[in-house]
Amino acid sequence: MSDGTTNNGLFGIHAAALELRSQRMGLLTSNIANAATPGYKARDIDFASALKARTSGMSQDQAVSGATRYRVPVMPSLDGNTVELGNEQVAFSENAVGYSATLSFISGRVNTITRALKGD
Amino acid sequence: MSGSNSFGNSGQMSLFTLAQRGMSAQMVRMNAAASNLANAGSVSATEDGAYKPIRPVFAEQLDQATGLSSVRVGGIYKSQQAAIREHNPGHPLADENGDVWTAPVDENAEMVEMLDSSRQYQNLVEALSTAKQLMLDTMRLK
Repeated sequence: MSDGTTNNGLFGIHAAALELRSQRMGLLTSNIANAATPGYKARDIDFASALKARTSGMSQDQAVSGATRYRVPVMPSLDGNTVELGNEQVAFSENAVGYSATLSFISGRVNTITRALKGD
Repeated sequence: MSGSNSFGNSGQMSLFTLAQRGMSAQMVRMNAAASNLANAGSVSATEDGAYKPIRPVFAEQLDQATGLSSVRVGGIYKSQQAAIREHNPGHPLADENGDVWTAPVDENAEMVEMLDSSRQYQNLVEALSTAKQLMLDTMRLK
């Protein structure tokens, strides 16, 4: 894969986007796993600002930790848990679709290069 | 529950480990609710001998390296509710006052707990299978 920090690698912005999507998927799964943990605060990555930070040269870890936010609950529960399963499911599926889309951009790029190399 | 992971000796937390721990925690919760339901209406000769409902309490387990938080069972607590005294002189376990003590199990609450837990288990399975599918798609990329 390209270095991922610049826009002029083989996969452009998509390499960084795929990594971020994958990280966000982990975070959302953490939220779903902790749906019954008292006092757990749900977190999410602000994808747009993480991607902006990543493409402007920050490392993956810096970009992710700089864009991680606590979720504001619609209705806080008594035990201090801020996971709302419906919201997490929506965010998860939105992220999965984004991941798929990024993946197809990458595979399109790979196909283009392969065809150019084969010359047919 | 235990701190070890099932993926060999690598300390790296993966989505699979995370979901697996979440699922086993939910399993503990379902088993606790099932135990409570099974003991609903059980009778004891003494107040102390009566069955007390149990309830697991989960705790977050943060993996610093990856930023993922899995879940573990922080503890299993016995309910503080008092056993219910029932006057039933004909009962073989009745004490000198003719009383027996029944377990203070709220069947409705236990059923709700069971449903909630199985919903969350299903959610985890769903998330895991989506994540697995995406990982496979990434691997088969050509």
